[in-house]
Amino acid sequence: MSSHDSIEKTIKFKGGVHPKEGKELAEKSPITAAPLLDNYKVVVHQNIGAPPKLLVKKGDEVKKGQIIAEAGGFVSVPLHSPTSGTVAAIESIPGVMGTTVEAVSIDADGKDEWGELAEPIDWKNVDAAVIKKRICDCGIVGMGGAAFPSHVKLSPPPDKKIDCLILNGAECEPYLTADHRLMLEQPEKVLEGAAILAKAVGVTNVSIGVENNKEDAIEALQAKAADYGVKVIPLRVKYPQGAEKQLIYAITGRKVPAGKLPMDVGCVVQNVGTAAAVTDAILEGKPLIDRVTSVTGEPVSKPCNLLLKLGTPIEEAIKLAGGVKGDVGKVILGGPMMGFAQKSLHVTVQKNTSGILLLSPEDVVQYKSEPCIRCGRCVSSCAMNLLPGTLSTLIESEKFELAGKYNVMDCLECGSCAYVCPSHRPLIQHFRRAKAELRKKK
Amino acid sequence: MLTTITAIIVMALIGLILGCVIGVAAKVFFVETDPRIEVVTEMLPGANCGGCGKAGCADFAKAIVAGEVTPDQCPVNSPEAVEEICNLLGITASGGEKQIAVVFCGGDVNQTKVQSMYNGVSDCVSANLIAGGPKGCSYGCLGMASCARACPFNAIEILNGLAVVHPKLCVGCGKCVETCPRDLIKLVPVSARVHVYCSSPEKGPAKKKVCNVPCIGCRKCFKAAEENMEMKGFLATAKYDNPPTEEIIEAAQCPTGCLLIDEEHYRKCKADAQGVAK
Repeated sequence: MSSHDSIEKTIKFKGGVHPKEGKELAEKSPITAAPLLDNYKVVVHQNIGAPPKLLVKKGDEVKKGQIIAEAGGFVSVPLHSPTSGTVAAIESIPGVMGTTVEAVSIDADGKDEWGELAEPIDWKNVDAAVIKKRICDCGIVGMGGAAFPSHVKLSPPPDKKIDCLILNGAECEPYLTADHRLMLEQPEKVLEGAAILAKAVGVTNVSIGVENNKEDAIEALQAKAADYGVKVIPLRVKYPQGAEKQLIYAITGRKVPAGKLPMDVGCVVQNVGTAAAVTDAILEGKPLIDRVTSVTGEPVSKPCNLLLKLGTPIEEAIKLAGGVKGDVGKVILGGPMMGFAQKSLHVTVQKNTSGILLLSPEDVVQYKSEPCIRCGRCVSSCAMNLLPGTLSTLIESEKFELAGKYNVMDCLECGSCAYVCPSHRPLIQHFRRAKAELRKKK
Repeated sequence: MLTTITAIIVMALIGLILGCVIGVAAKVFFVETDPRIEVVTEMLPGANCGGCGKAGCADFAKAIVAGEVTPDQCPVNSPEAVEEICNLLGITASGGEKQIAVVFCGGDVNQTKVQSMYNGVSDCVSANLIAGGPKGCSYGCLGMASCARACPFNAIEILNGLAVVHPKLCVGCGKCVETCPRDLIKLVPVSARVHVYCSSPEKGPAKKKVCNVPCIGCRKCFKAAEENMEMKGFLATAKYDNPPTEEIIEAAQCPTGCLLIDEEHYRKCKADAQGVAK
């Protein structure tokens, strides 16, 4: 069966856009481990949920993989040192969101020595709780972008019956190729991670969804998938195919109701990067201290996929990619659609940094936002059946409650509406504002 | 002729009947209101700013007459008017000084480094959510006028990308305090005239990198008047229960010039914005 035939079987979600892909820049570049730097600045609060509690102070010796902050609650994970060395300072550095954040500055001693690692787990013969505990202890969070602690996602309340695990290898964000390379180069690791996660949630129906623009990755996975009892499902190329709800719909046909979670329709979704990290954690006891990140974009000399340690300044990562040629218009962490524009190059790599994207000045146009002309393009592009134009005018006049009634909370901030808007309205920014105001009121 | 007479009689009858109905309804459904509420409402400023926490001046007047609140809880009213209301109702106000708002930041676009281009919603709350706005200091004023729009008295001006409270126009209703996403605005007693116009808790050199007028934590003002000033980490602030007098400006010789009298601060910002040489 060719991948084209099976694609017809996946369900097409409403809306979405087809932005310029830009994946050709880095998709041929194999994952290379970055050389050891002199200093790493590891942001303490990298996960969604409670901030971890710091365990180290200035002058402490740390080993690679040693816990430097312990979980601060159930929805929280510990943080580990990316290399061996000395804690130089606990300082504030620029964060991804433009504010300053607390970080542990670690001076590397150059030995890059592992501390004591946890024993490997024979995952086929242990209780699901043991697997979940290890996933939490190794600091694993959703590496697709949200950084939600994985063990929480794997522990749904007992009244929710889960029958389906989906691995997200869609990587629908333009330019990014980190997941692509991971699936192509280490399919066993991803598939074994899928099998481990399936054991942890107690399901046998495991699928991995990959957008059809990564044919080599699909082939690599399909060659091994049967050994692990995993189905590889090629997906249509359409943004946001990798959004959780759209992915579930494409693969299972189930619609996640407004305000509900994937677990309400019996699904658990995990990123392929997370699955690979889970394999490392279970089979080798290695905590999450590095990740594959695409350093790409037209101004980058040698766009590539790097295995970067947490706490690597993005300035260094760009240097490792050969620096820049020509002018840079914008530096974005993540993809161009949902990523965050940066104003400092001292921001460091975190567990959810899937890409460091540089855009050329031609691709970055400063628009002046104009009034909504009610053309309705945003409505047809919205994958969640919302009315972005109506919502934005409501929010402009600060009618947040009403925006809530129009289901602004269901917006997944994929940016499709803002991408097609001919009036260049900052729609997503409006929605974030409304969401923040509504959360405050709760 | 007959038609005209009939019409007049019919109209007169309808008028008579409806008049009786209204007369009866007025007696049966009569609602007794306290006449004092109306009088007190008249004595309130009528700005309906909501600074007292009630829905408006009439609602506040009702609460005063009911004894739930005291007249001085209206932040706008003058002390004389408060006393008049107290005399009328035979109550005493609980006292407490009038307060005004101060924006604790002095970094306009000339003083604070603009680090990035911001191309989004021109609103502080939205900008703060996205990337912290264009300025280099992530604690300072964003200058997108969310507070100025919230102010019912037009007492906040945006001068060179910095919100400045006009000390004479501000009545202390506190609307701006809730609006500012960076908590830069605080209500202070009106008698406190000298303020440290900085809110960044960072170390001196870090602040100096992004701003020309930060509090660098040199403690000069603290040494000049230890009873009136306090140090919060690397940031000096006036003690508002025992505020410093204007002499402290001379005594402290603030090296960055962020220790200022409120009116002086306003004048300086206004002059800068108008391009007038100081």
